[in-house]
Amino acid sequence: MLKLDRVSKVYRVGSFGGEQLRAVGDVSFEVRPGQVVSLIGESGSGKSTIGKMVLRTSRITSGTISFDGADISRYRRTGELKEYYRRVQGVFQDPFSSYNPVFKADRVFEMIRTEYFAAVPAAEWRAKLDAALRTVRLDPAQVLGKYPHQLSGGQLQRLLIARALLLDIELLVADEIISMLDASTRIDVLNLLADLKERGLGILFITHDLSLGNYVSDQTVILRGGSVVERGATRRVFANPLHPYTRRLLSSVPQLHKTWAEVDAELRARDAGAERRCAYHERLPDGGPDPLAAVDEDHHVACFALDGAPCPDAARTPVG
Amino acid sequence: MSLKVRDLRVYYRTLAGDVKALDGADFELADGEITGLVGESGSGKSTLGKSLIKLDGRMRYVSGTVELDGAELPVRDSARMNDFRFREVSLIPQYAMSAMNPTRKVGRMIADLLESRGERFRALRPELVRRLELVGLGEQVLGRYPIELSGGMKQRTVMVLSTLLDPSLLIADEVTSALDVSNQRAVAETLAGFRDRGFVKSMIFVTHDVALVNQIADTITVMYAGRLAEKGPAKTVVNSPRHPYTRMLISALPEVGVSHGERRLSGIPGSPPALLDPPAGCRFRDRCPLAFDKCEQEPPFAEVEPDHSVACWKA
Repeated sequence: MLKLDRVSKVYRVGSFGGEQLRAVGDVSFEVRPGQVVSLIGESGSGKSTIGKMVLRTSRITSGTISFDGADISRYRRTGELKEYYRRVQGVFQDPFSSYNPVFKADRVFEMIRTEYFAAVPAAEWRAKLDAALRTVRLDPAQVLGKYPHQLSGGQLQRLLIARALLLDIELLVADEIISMLDASTRIDVLNLLADLKERGLGILFITHDLSLGNYVSDQTVILRGGSVVERGATRRVFANPLHPYTRRLLSSVPQLHKTWAEVDAELRARDAGAERRCAYHERLPDGGPDPLAAVDEDHHVACFALDGAPCPDAARTPVG
Repeated sequence: MSLKVRDLRVYYRTLAGDVKALDGADFELADGEITGLVGESGSGKSTLGKSLIKLDGRMRYVSGTVELDGAELPVRDSARMNDFRFREVSLIPQYAMSAMNPTRKVGRMIADLLESRGERFRALRPELVRRLELVGLGEQVLGRYPIELSGGMKQRTVMVLSTLLDPSLLIADEVTSALDVSNQRAVAETLAGFRDRGFVKSMIFVTHDVALVNQIADTITVMYAGRLAEKGPAKTVVNSPRHPYTRMLISALPEVGVSHGERRLSGIPGSPPALLDPPAGCRFRDRCPLAFDKCEQEPPFAEVEPDHSVACWKA
């Protein structure tokens, strides 16, 4: 459905834009219908930039993003883009700043109505709205007609998801949508995403939290400094993390029933005796055009060397 | 006992009336104890932390006493607290990134601060440099402006500065919330190291992340709607919590390795009561699956086993 093919984003920075900053480099992955793909990375990894490029709020520098085979960067006329947004929507981190505090929260639905469903009669619209609210497990009587400050963060965030659902979307870009929520309501929003996925929605779940990503996703993409370091089925990536960066992330995530020292010891024990060589160059000694090498079915990893350092396991130093 | 808090109540003044953000806290900290103070937003955890340092303009002291190392800590009197702040009680704020004066070099700013407290910068400088090196920073940060340091470096600088005079009690208020996982681990482990080295005697680590605080804390204190719900050894609170709120909170946490297909977790239905006019009795009653008639009376925060206190009739 959604396909990113070697997508890069370069920002011009410095005085007169003389310097270049590569926020995203050579990123490829796919989101299929009914699949949750989590995009995991720390700050500066480019994960939000990817979300913005998919939503067309940021232009790509090179590569292609296609949706059902059509290149989304070619949408020029408003009609085309509007049609795209009917099928692809985003929800963002801070539910409190997504609303205009002056207006009632349900104004977000009215805006959808005037934009997309102007011809729908009031009663039919109301039924549609109630159905969308019930899907996100909100009681219409409790949330309609209220101002944003009268609702909780979890309710506001679910309203935004309901707004997206009104449009019969096929892909939802969820950028850190639960990191501002309290632990007791977080899981409800996560379960909601899991239910929507069962109904065939594709979800690009952007997060910095590995345990959240692990809970909902089918596919995991680990990003560092704008590039993918490891990608594959969530089960495989978490059970057998290969890239040193993935392992470092996993060993830093606080786990409830394991101390950091225990996790370190576990990772070390798994490597006991085995020399850790670069898995990428083990498969492709000379490298290749693709920055990732397949190490297993549905499990890909990048070269272990980071930050432009030459890889000691590479047969030849790459040109350039 | 390093810290003893008795029936501390601090309300926020608003036009609509007092918001009872901290409504009766009773707890103690042993020498060398790190307690993780956890709770959701609005539970009063930051209010508790702040009221031990400085009541801001909107906060009103209502009742209670605080004792630090056997002497009274005059939390209600901001002027008298000046003798204690930084020396005896110290705070690492949530946004350490913005805690530094952007117009001063870091060294100059620290010198100003120390001299305003009657300390000699020159005498303390070697110790300052030693501690900066301990957290992986060189002496050269003293000659830099805050803007020249990364977020993690600023956080570490503020950590060293806050504990430079070896305070008895350190309050770390959500210090890891804005950081990446790898920095979170480094900061949490550094703070535990400060306690091990005796830079601070006891610590209140305010956070909403139970899994994180469980890594370094000796005890965990859980707050709900302005009151303490449970306090006990970290392992006990995580593995066999007694308060229904703690139980539901901990079972709502997704762990690495858990996926919704195998085990579906559930949240806590409902939301906490408004603290402007909180209901009488147990404040968790409306969301609690175990609630019964007796919960209309407020349950005492009582010890159910040694060092483990719970405010619930069913505990």
